[in-house]
Amino acid sequence: MFTIESLHQPQTLSEVKQLVEKYPDITVLGGCGFLKLSSRKIPVALDLSRCELEKIHETEQHIEIGAMVTLRDIEKNPALNQWFDGALPKAVSHILGVQFRSCATIGASVYAKYGFSDILPALLALDTQVELLRGGRMPLVDFLSKPITRDVLTRIVITKDKRRVSYQNLRNAGADFPLLNAAVSKHDAEWKIIVGARPARAEIAVQASKLLTSSAYGTVDSGTVAMAASMELAFGSNNKASAEYRQAMCQVLVKRAIEEVLA
Amino acid sequence: MKLELLINQKIYALDVAPDEMLADTLRSKGFLSIRKGCDTSCCGLCTVWIDGKPVLSCTMLSFRVAGKAITTIEGIQPEAEKFARILAAEGSEQCGFCSPGFIMTVIAMKNELKNPTEQDIQHYLAGNLCRCTGYMGQMRAIKTYLRGEVQ
Amino acid sequence: MKWVGRSVSKIDGVAIATGKPLYTEDLTVPGTLVVKLLRSPHAFARIKSIDVAAAKQMVGVECVLTHQDVPQVRFTKAGQSFPEPSPYDRLILDPIVRYVGDEVAIVAAVDEKTALAALDLIKVEYEVFEPVLDLSSAIDHPSVVHPETDLHCNFPIGLEQQRNIASSHTVEVGDLAAELALCDVVVEETYKTQAQAQAMMETFRSFTYLDQAGRLVVISSTQIPFHVRRQLARALQIPATRIRVIKPRIGGGFGAKQTGVCEVYPAIVTLKTGKPAKVVYERKETFIASNSRHATEFKVRMGASHDGIIRAIEIVGLSDTGAYGEHAPTVFAVIGDKTMPLYNKTKAIRYQGHAVYTNKLPGGALRGYGATQGTFVQESTVNKLAAELGIDPTEIRLKNLIRETETSLYYKGKKLGSSSLHRCIETGKSMIGWDAKFPRIEQGSKVRGVGMAVTMQGSGIANIDTASAEIRLNDDGFYTVLVGSTDMGTGSDTILLQMAADVLNADMDQFIINAADTDVSPFDPGSYASSTTYVTGMAVKKAAEELRCKILEQAAKVLQAPADQLELSGEQCVDPASGKTVSVASIAAAAVVGPDHRQLSAYATFGSPVSPPPFVAGFAEVEVDKETGKVTLLDFVAVVDCGTVINPALARVQTEGGIVQGIGMALFEDVQYDKKGNLQSNSFMTYKIPGRSDVGIVRVAFEESYEPTGPFGAKSVGEVVINTPAPAIVAAIYNAVGVQISELPVTPEKVFKGMQQKS
Ligand SMILES: Cc1cc2nc3c(=O)[nH]c(=O)nc-3n(C[C@H](O)[C@H](O)[C@H](O)COP(=O)(O)OP(=O)(O)OC[C@H]3O[C@@H](n4cnc5c(N)ncnc54)[C@H](O)[C@@H]3O)c2cc1C
Ligand code: FES
Ligand code: FES
Repeated sequence: MFTIESLHQPQTLSEVKQLVEKYPDITVLGGCGFLKLSSRKIPVALDLSRCELEKIHETEQHIEIGAMVTLRDIEKNPALNQWFDGALPKAVSHILGVQFRSCATIGASVYAKYGFSDILPALLALDTQVELLRGGRMPLVDFLSKPITRDVLTRIVITKDKRRVSYQNLRNAGADFPLLNAAVSKHDAEWKIIVGARPARAEIAVQASKLLTSSAYGTVDSGTVAMAASMELAFGSNNKASAEYRQAMCQVLVKRAIEEVLA
Repeated sequence: MKLELLINQKIYALDVAPDEMLADTLRSKGFLSIRKGCDTSCCGLCTVWIDGKPVLSCTMLSFRVAGKAITTIEGIQPEAEKFARILAAEGSEQCGFCSPGFIMTVIAMKNELKNPTEQDIQHYLAGNLCRCTGYMGQMRAIKTYLRGEVQ
Repeated sequence: MKWVGRSVSKIDGVAIATGKPLYTEDLTVPGTLVVKLLRSPHAFARIKSIDVAAAKQMVGVECVLTHQDVPQVRFTKAGQSFPEPSPYDRLILDPIVRYVGDEVAIVAAVDEKTALAALDLIKVEYEVFEPVLDLSSAIDHPSVVHPETDLHCNFPIGLEQQRNIASSHTVEVGDLAAELALCDVVVEETYKTQAQAQAMMETFRSFTYLDQAGRLVVISSTQIPFHVRRQLARALQIPATRIRVIKPRIGGGFGAKQTGVCEVYPAIVTLKTGKPAKVVYERKETFIASNSRHATEFKVRMGASHDGIIRAIEIVGLSDTGAYGEHAPTVFAVIGDKTMPLYNKTKAIRYQGHAVYTNKLPGGALRGYGATQGTFVQESTVNKLAAELGIDPTEIRLKNLIRETETSLYYKGKKLGSSSLHRCIETGKSMIGWDAKFPRIEQGSKVRGVGMAVTMQGSGIANIDTASAEIRLNDDGFYTVLVGSTDMGTGSDTILLQMAADVLNADMDQFIINAADTDVSPFDPGSYASSTTYVTGMAVKKAAEELRCKILEQAAKVLQAPADQLELSGEQCVDPASGKTVSVASIAAAAVVGPDHRQLSAYATFGSPVSPPPFVAGFAEVEVDKETGKVTLLDFVAVVDCGTVINPALARVQTEGGIVQGIGMALFEDVQYDKKGNLQSNSFMTYKIPGRSDVGIVRVAFEESYEPTGPFGAKSVGEVVINTPAPAIVAAIYNAVGVQISELPVTPEKVFKGMQQKS
């Protein structure tokens, strides 16, 4: 368990900004699910729960999710269930139980860029932007490819478009971390294939996505594309599975996801 | 930090550390139904309600729930006992250590879901581990309990 | 018979379920010191120096102890009757640390934060040794896990300290080589089983204080209060008269608490400071620094004639007792004792091997106590044999299994008192739909398979377990039952009362039960080895019978009729001849007033020369995803012979719970160490016990038999139920996709690789 020496509870984002500038080593408190696993001594902690960041707003074109929105809120949100085949609620629904999901926050889950994340593949399959206090707004892919700098994630903005999405995962046990996951989306003619928990962080299989996008509708061989994805991405071994098994499973999950999108 | 917590409809003026988790605050105030089964937010034993929703008190910082309604099983004894009797008839409160958190989740589910299927129930309770019972008797008890509600 | 056979709710059920403060930590008092343990970061090392000055100076720290401050007398933490078979190879704190997590120092402070901060201030210098981390190369490893010269065994257990052998065991009957040569078919396989964690929800914890007489009171979440008293007396070098051990409600044990894991730490703090102290293990400590099932490696050879009669079985291998030898010789023995007698058409058997020391988490007791490992290796081999011979797995068992009144090579002439195992198999077959489903049903990219296994266990330890019970008739006409068994959620307190109430023909609410408090309770070894219903139950029944006679003797005086003509009917003693009655209450009241009276009470002791085996036939139906290797357990059927079922609801839940623990061992509970000996599966995040969506449906049926030596014909049910899932599930996978898994747990990857190798 971590310990906190001093705590700040700002009410506005501009106060947050001042604090972040004043204390370069400030630690943002999300739902504390992951923080709790460490015995870190936190000199300065920042609580965002009074900054109006715990709401999901639906606008004409976007769904905006505040950083302090819990995974449970996402799971239950009508808009997120209605759009994108409910891929995001589906992805979070595998994470432990409702009580945990009522604690864990989306901001932390995205900011921390976990390799095992169920959330990142689903978000990458959508047109997702992240909003950072200092870094400003940027596409999620760009954020993920940047090295972690000290910043605060404030919002996630998803463009409402009529894409079809499938989310797939493989776990040894129900409430376990995924040993591999995949998301596939199709927006108009454009496909995106994402594979995560390799165990490295979710990544878009760019070549395979292109291959699928360029093949004429109806002539897609999902198996070939899935194979291409498994060749293009790198896989590693850890306690949950070996690299070879992950690579083989990548083919299965991607194929299933493509077929679900086409169904 | 000095703050007021509304626990089981009573206001407690407390002095909590900023890194104090609600489970510890509650136990220190004598709510001994709060049990911890893990250090990693995995077991659900410590489940309480915040504004009626089930939450892990081991993972919830105490200062965050100021101004919200905290409910422990001590605060809903008649309903908890009603279900506990059904559970006991199945023998599915074996060591009983997981039961308070389990019961808090079951009653929250009953309040939240209308006519849940067996799958809905399993999904809702996925965060409540039990090492003794093997879960089958818990499911039988839940079904009996929910049937009672429909009648 | 009013109570035995009824699904009576547990007497403590509603209270524990609704969160009443009844467990160890709930009973601590303000001012209780918090004890924390500094643990070794090395798998094998010697403490060169340890500096506790800074920790001692910290405000709020009341006590810091190192190996220099504790008695240097070796003892065992294993909860076993004296003289314990487990070697005395422990010190409270030892200058040598033998696994990652071994205790280095004890700190007690006013609160947890202070105690943890003080741990950080202790500076230790270690001389690090090459650890022994691999079971198969432990014997004659250059590193000797126990180099000390004062290690002690109460009697020979085949310990060879210099070779890292904790115990040795051989059972051999008949000429194995000759019999195997005569067999038409001989199958052979090597297996590995993992060091499963008990993972009870309440971690280890104890609370200690000094009472008004300066005696040490230990309130502990333990299965073995009397053994803990004896252990503490030896470890702390104080007389047992100065120790009282009380067991409150326990949040599960499963054998983990048949070892005195944590009591000694707060106890020594209380003795040194005079203050109340408590230790509450974190989940991580519970995983890395307590005990687990002994991991094993076995090679099995089994020979049969072409008609499927099993003639010879050989099981040879090793068990890993880790850093300390707790339960090492006994678990190793049980692996053979509770498996080989099943197949009694054998002409030759051999069971042989060693428990070995390594620098890992110590082994201990876990539900099944070796029978689980034995069942996995033997039943998997029987399944393999059946496949080789083309005989249905259920048929080969019906042909070969021991029946009631028969003996086996292992039994040395003793006869089996009761068994309905053959009926269990028939019932299970029809419940799972065996004939329609065996071996597999293809369903596109998925395939379903069924598999089965049988098992036996014991009920108490023959010629060792002895329990006593006392029943008093109180002045108000109600009864007090005093026992030393330890209900850990099993409902044994309730079951014992059901038995007493039946004999005394009274309502259950006429009874109170007191268990367990070493100052008050009659001796009981504690609740382990599936002993409570059978051994303590029999003691309770005998005591109740004796009390019944005493009550009727008193009634005879009042009613002026011969005692043997009278009946005890609830609250009245009745003379059927005259119709006259006298109430038990009035007899009770009269017994405690005036001279020449004596309060009525009865005391009985029971120990058995046999340990009657309960049996289970377990059947699994799995679905295997042929593309991923993922196994989904759809249905598990367990048909149980536990003799007479005393309380069907409780027996059923015992069974369901045990089956699910067995499923966990089969499919999910993966024990992983890194190269330095760190146990990495040390939380519920990394060590996955089954959740409710992981286990499919578990269905239970009972095929009662009548055990002549048991109370009301009962045997036991606590342990036997964990044994069949692993072999039955592994067989179902084999029947589905032809992949033989011989190393637990089964993972999707293992199945997938197996399928790839085949194709
Ligand atoms: C036992 C367990 C199992 C899990 N299983 C899964 C799983 O199967 N799949 C899955 O996808 N996830 C899983 N997770 C991760 C979980 O979903 C969350 O992602 C994780 O707990 C982080 O969320 P949190 O709110 O608890 O973050 P915290 O623990 O509060 O924070 C995590 C990190 O993010 C930083 N942080 C928090 N908020 C912000 C912010 N707004 N801006 C910048 N930095 C911030 C914190 O400082 C900290 O460094 C699991 C977690 C646990 C504990
Ligand atoms: S104690 Fe395990 S989830 Fe809270
Ligand atoms: S009843 Fe013991 S853990 Fe659930």
